Amino acid sequence: MTQGFLVTNRSVRWFLMCLAIFTAVVAFGSEASGAGLFSTSLVKTLGKTLCLCLVAIAMDVVWGYCGILSLGHFAFFGIGGYAVGMWLMYARTEGIVLSSLSGQTIPPTPSEVSDAIGSQIFGVVGSAQFPLIWSFAHSLPLQLLMVVLVPGLLALVFGWLAFRSRVTGVYLSILTQAMTLALSLYLFQNDSGLRGNNGLSGLQNIPGYEQTSQATISLMFFLASALALALGYVLFAWVVAGKMGSVIKGIRDNEARVRFLGYRVEGFKLFVFTLTAVVAGIAGALYYPQAGIINPAEIAPIASIYLAVWVAIGGRGRLYGAVIGAAFVSLVSSWFTGGGAPNLNLGFYTVQWTDWWLVLLGVSFVAVTLFFPKGIGGVFDYLVRKPS
Amino acid sequence: MLRLLIALAVFAGLSLPATAQSQTLQSILQPVADEIADPSRASVGAALDALVASGLPQVTPFLEAWSDKGVWQRDADGAFFYGQAAGGELTLTDIDTGAETVVPATGHTELRPNGGVRRVIGTTLVQFQLSDPDLTRRLSAIDSLARRPDADQLAPLLASIDEEPDPALKARKIQLANILTVTFADDPADRIAAIDSLSTDTSIEARAVLNQILTTGITATPGAPVGNVARILTVGDDLTPAAAYDLLVTGDLAPPATAPNAIRDALAANIVDGRAGGIPTAQLGDPALREAAYATLAAAGTVPPLVTAQDQADAIAAHTFAAIYAEGDAAITDAARAALTSAETRVAAAQFADLTLDALSLASIYFLAAIGLAITFGVMGVINMSHGEFIMMGAYTGFVVQQFVPDYTVSIIVALPLAFAITFAAGVAMERLVIRHLYHRPLETLLATFGISIALQQLAKNIFGTQARPLTSPGWLDGALIFSDVIQISYIRVAIFVLALLFLGLIVFVLKRTRLGLEVRAVTQNRGMAASMGIDPDRINMLTFGLGSGIAGIAGVAIGLYAQVTSEMGAAYIVQSFMTVVVGGVGNVWGTLAGATLIGFLQKGIEFLNPSNTLAAQTYMVLFIILFIQFRPKGIVAQKGRAAAD
Amino acid sequence: MTKTLKTAGCAIAALLATTTLATAQDCADPIKVGVLHSLSGSMAISETTLKDVMLMLIEQQNAAGGLLGCQIEAVVVDPASDWPLFAEKARELLTVNEVDVIFGNWTSVSRKSVLPVLEELNGLLFYPVQYEGEESSKNVFYTGAAPNQQAIPAVDYFLEELGVEKFALLGTDYVYPRTTNNILQAYLMDKGIAEEDIFVNYTPFGQSDWATIVGDVVALGEDGMQVGVISTINGDANIGFYKELAAANVSADDIPVVAFSVGEEELSGLDTSNLVGHLAAWNYFMSADTPENADFIAKWQDFIGSTDRVTNDPMEAHYIGFNMWVQAVEAAGTTDVDAVSDAMIGQTFPNLTGGMATMLPNHHLTKPVLIGEIRADGQFDIISQTEPVEGDAWTDFLPESAVLTSDWKDLKCGMYNTETQTCVQLTSNY
Repeated sequence: MTQGFLVTNRSVRWFLMCLAIFTAVVAFGSEASGAGLFSTSLVKTLGKTLCLCLVAIAMDVVWGYCGILSLGHFAFFGIGGYAVGMWLMYARTEGIVLSSLSGQTIPPTPSEVSDAIGSQIFGVVGSAQFPLIWSFAHSLPLQLLMVVLVPGLLALVFGWLAFRSRVTGVYLSILTQAMTLALSLYLFQNDSGLRGNNGLSGLQNIPGYEQTSQATISLMFFLASALALALGYVLFAWVVAGKMGSVIKGIRDNEARVRFLGYRVEGFKLFVFTLTAVVAGIAGALYYPQAGIINPAEIAPIASIYLAVWVAIGGRGRLYGAVIGAAFVSLVSSWFTGGGAPNLNLGFYTVQWTDWWLVLLGVSFVAVTLFFPKGIGGVFDYLVRKPS
Repeated sequence: MLRLLIALAVFAGLSLPATAQSQTLQSILQPVADEIADPSRASVGAALDALVASGLPQVTPFLEAWSDKGVWQRDADGAFFYGQAAGGELTLTDIDTGAETVVPATGHTELRPNGGVRRVIGTTLVQFQLSDPDLTRRLSAIDSLARRPDADQLAPLLASIDEEPDPALKARKIQLANILTVTFADDPADRIAAIDSLSTDTSIEARAVLNQILTTGITATPGAPVGNVARILTVGDDLTPAAAYDLLVTGDLAPPATAPNAIRDALAANIVDGRAGGIPTAQLGDPALREAAYATLAAAGTVPPLVTAQDQADAIAAHTFAAIYAEGDAAITDAARAALTSAETRVAAAQFADLTLDALSLASIYFLAAIGLAITFGVMGVINMSHGEFIMMGAYTGFVVQQFVPDYTVSIIVALPLAFAITFAAGVAMERLVIRHLYHRPLETLLATFGISIALQQLAKNIFGTQARPLTSPGWLDGALIFSDVIQISYIRVAIFVLALLFLGLIVFVLKRTRLGLEVRAVTQNRGMAASMGIDPDRINMLTFGLGSGIAGIAGVAIGLYAQVTSEMGAAYIVQSFMTVVVGGVGNVWGTLAGATLIGFLQKGIEFLNPSNTLAAQTYMVLFIILFIQFRPKGIVAQKGRAAAD
Repeated sequence: MTKTLKTAGCAIAALLATTTLATAQDCADPIKVGVLHSLSGSMAISETTLKDVMLMLIEQQNAAGGLLGCQIEAVVVDPASDWPLFAEKARELLTVNEVDVIFGNWTSVSRKSVLPVLEELNGLLFYPVQYEGEESSKNVFYTGAAPNQQAIPAVDYFLEELGVEKFALLGTDYVYPRTTNNILQAYLMDKGIAEEDIFVNYTPFGQSDWATIVGDVVALGEDGMQVGVISTINGDANIGFYKELAAANVSADDIPVVAFSVGEEELSGLDTSNLVGHLAAWNYFMSADTPENADFIAKWQDFIGSTDRVTNDPMEAHYIGFNMWVQAVEAAGTTDVDAVSDAMIGQTFPNLTGGMATMLPNHHLTKPVLIGEIRADGQFDIISQTEPVEGDAWTDFLPESAVLTSDWKDLKCGMYNTETQTCVQLTSNY
């Protein structure tokens, strides 16, 4: 089945090939392999970009294919990051605490150890108690399960409530935005138990690999991100192909008609919403150990809107469009804001791109929506398939 | 001592003005010059005593000037002057003769008594100012008196009441006299009478003095409690067991509890042959074994015995815990309790009223911010994500106007219509250039307007900078409408409320009574049908969009007046505005009103329940709204008919 | 991207070369100073000024002959107020640009983001902003105030000078106010203030609806005690707060407010009439009357080309930090991080407010604490100045950190438990 599906789906093969070439080039050129063409920070940036591409294709499936403009998928991305971050922080701190307590004449009691870990982690926010949500933080498998489970369950419950009440269109967008806002406001509180505004930091130090250099770790995460993107791409391509894909696209185009045909629209929507939320969570879990820190600002509603912007610029309803959009916009934006772009001297005024980049992005986004509704991916289509 | 001196000084100042003429103020100041130049609340009293004791008439103006940072000291010889600095020049006035000299400011130091010292000076000045012919001086005396009530001031205050010409100030003096009587009068009957008179007073001062009488301390006694008992406390309900035991320990009624660290340290100190208390150290990671080891050591007498939880409970059970009034006279505390209970019932009602006012004010702000959005959303089904930026634009218009029109009243009068005009134009331009092309793609409108939003925000940053800009309200909007110490609301919020009402009326009028309103309602209900009736939907769309944006601009001026003008201010209101519209129900002015009221009251209600965490209140509010929409997806005032089936 | 950064670095170097007399450009390995301050985003308003100060200090140093015979080259990057980006840019500075030292950061969360990178790559950071303490990294020198150099003296002032008996601790909900308020709460209870006489409230960034909170604060006075407000409210939210206080007719004499985050820069261009008489606690005020300060202000206004620009506390911190670093490099004869770190400890440099700043073994400075009253012109009347106070990395008023100490000279540990006599960890707590 999958074999046949890959054969029939040319774009998937092309994409996988491009991704493989790109990954190989970066891997062999990285500092970890000795070539040193790409600095560790560049490898990290590229690895993070791959994760963003993954969450972008999830967004594309839920919006471009199913027509649900979710402004909450970056929240799921963040939850995945928090879930894995909790284990990373706990395990790292546990190692530090155990080694510092091992010097004592009397071995520490379990409660002393957990108190010491607690005051290490939460001392920053003026507390020493472990909140309930950290119950599983000591175990990597459980916490990895949380990466999938928490976004999945949240999406399931939220989606079930929303779709059941037939909340659609812009109402649903606003509702998902409200969910994101509630989550980020909640995380901003110190009482949330996730260190408030500071969030979880030092995530790039992987417990158990203290002696491994960041060059190697960044390469490992880059490869893992590439693999996750490849798998995610194949999974979503499979979902949107075939009969189910047709139903999903039908819902986008006219929900009522699909319902009249006897399909359980709510079920399909819920499936797509939950599945993409889970993938977003996984992408987040890969992203934040590379970024090194996660905090509530990452989850702010604006981040989810940017996600929609990427997909729209890249081109909705085609998976590679989302990948192009996410990679292009996020890299270009860091090029502009990083001071990389040369200033534009208009004679009477010098345009400094650190100041003007957002203006350019906003305007070009309006232009894309107005004049190129198919985005960059649309141009791509035009080049590949000759216009009929 | 100080009081005695002041009393003496008053006496001397009143009866023997001639005897002090030989002294100058400067000669009295010089011995305490250090204290005057660098005063501290705790030690300035001595210097003040000396000044007051002199009985010189110059003392009062000197103290007033000193308090207002009007006194300078010459560094060379430490002499004091009244000084007025202008540029590098300093006009010095001799404190005794009044002779003026102009000198360079260098070599002179301005005296800056801090707030605590100023309050002590104010208290000292009270006696001179209470009967001063100048009303402002009398007012300042009363303020000082209220800030630092003092036993000695009761008599002069009472004496000054009869001659007080100003009725408002007279009432205030009587109130203060009552409050002072409660604390300082000698005769318990006087005190009780004064206490009773406070039972209808909801002011903070009155409650403060009653609360002070009712101050209690917790005591633990083996038998019945002694003193003026407020009430007997039950451990567990009124007092945690840990706090109760701490009380016993501080009262030497029980041995201190053994802390886990103390056990560890004791064990570590008593390791013999790798064993502590007979147990190998390697096994001491187990809490139970640790206690056992400690018990062994305690039995041998090397460490104090372990105080177990049971021991603690027994000790607590054997004692009575009671709250004891600091005031010994039961009659007075009873009267105070009765008066406070009566006052607090009134205060609770007043607090409720105050909360209602706050909620109304917040609701009116949300209403103003959201009504423009509601109009465009209702009529055109278009989500305008840049609505918040129109609010910002309006606020910056106000700021710019104030740069050119220095008079705040005029500038606001100019700014309001100008903000409307600018945002109206911007709205129409946006509708023509962007929205018009996206009518059948509502989700894309949402994103396109978001693009405009980020561009506008960044533009504002580039033009005005990221720093908050001031939008100053006219003087007549300063201050607050004060009903009582508890119920008050600032005039600026009242003005916003009035503005919101005005707009509600205006919009309802436009929609229900004008040709434009009729056409707008027709397009809202059925665009196609309206078009076939000869209404130009394009024109209506353009006008409604302009109107909605224009109102956002005015809301921006209003919001800027009470908060801050920043490039991100719009973003702070946009999500709230959406929720207001969605909760209220789309396409209906009354719906927006209902939504704003619900959200305003809800937010204030949650804040009241959890006052220390505003963020939590916002989180719960958003959660509530999410749930609310689940159960009433069309909002409070649901639209009926064809238009509802979007 | 790395290439473009190099271009940016070269551009700035070229700029500097033209503005200063390029004398010793034949240095084999030019000395590079990384400047890691947000030039865009929400923190730009505060941090851009610090970038300019660094450029000024470097220009002055180059004009005075550079360092070790070499010109100093500034590498400016923009982390755009995005906390993960701080880590990324720090890595770039250390690995791609190979800077010798970094001056940067403002918010605590950005510092926590950069810490693991600094410790991994053994970089050197000078952090110029007052912060919540509870940290001491081998790779960071804290030139801003620790809580005992700002918050605790301000509270002492409230207790002793103003006779405040009841406290409202109002803060924006993030780490600095949270930790500072925790420390202050413990300290106040230590001083005999009952727990119920301390009101704590946290509001979100940019809070504008202050009516209820101000009402709550005023109502604190209902038991007859003097109320004082300790404000760790951040940024814009202050405007609404002071406006509401004024609207409620609360003057500084009724309820004094001391702010830890309101300085000259925040007040500049604002209508300060509502704020007059309220207090702020810092280690530096622009109104400080010393020749060094007058010189610094003159040079700053000359560099930036405007006499309206104000100076503030973090600028002084960079001024002291940079000059100390220059001295340490000269003492060590190299820019090697370990050698410079060792040479840093014990360095002294004159404060702009008088007296000498000394770098302590815990990587903090000795600083005098100043309390200022806000004037109508947005400047401060200094009404109290203490002797220099030694910065304390680990506060003595929280039980968990009271036993900790930091000493990079003898103990070689930033988190040393004096009770168990062990080093808890060599890396810092992030």
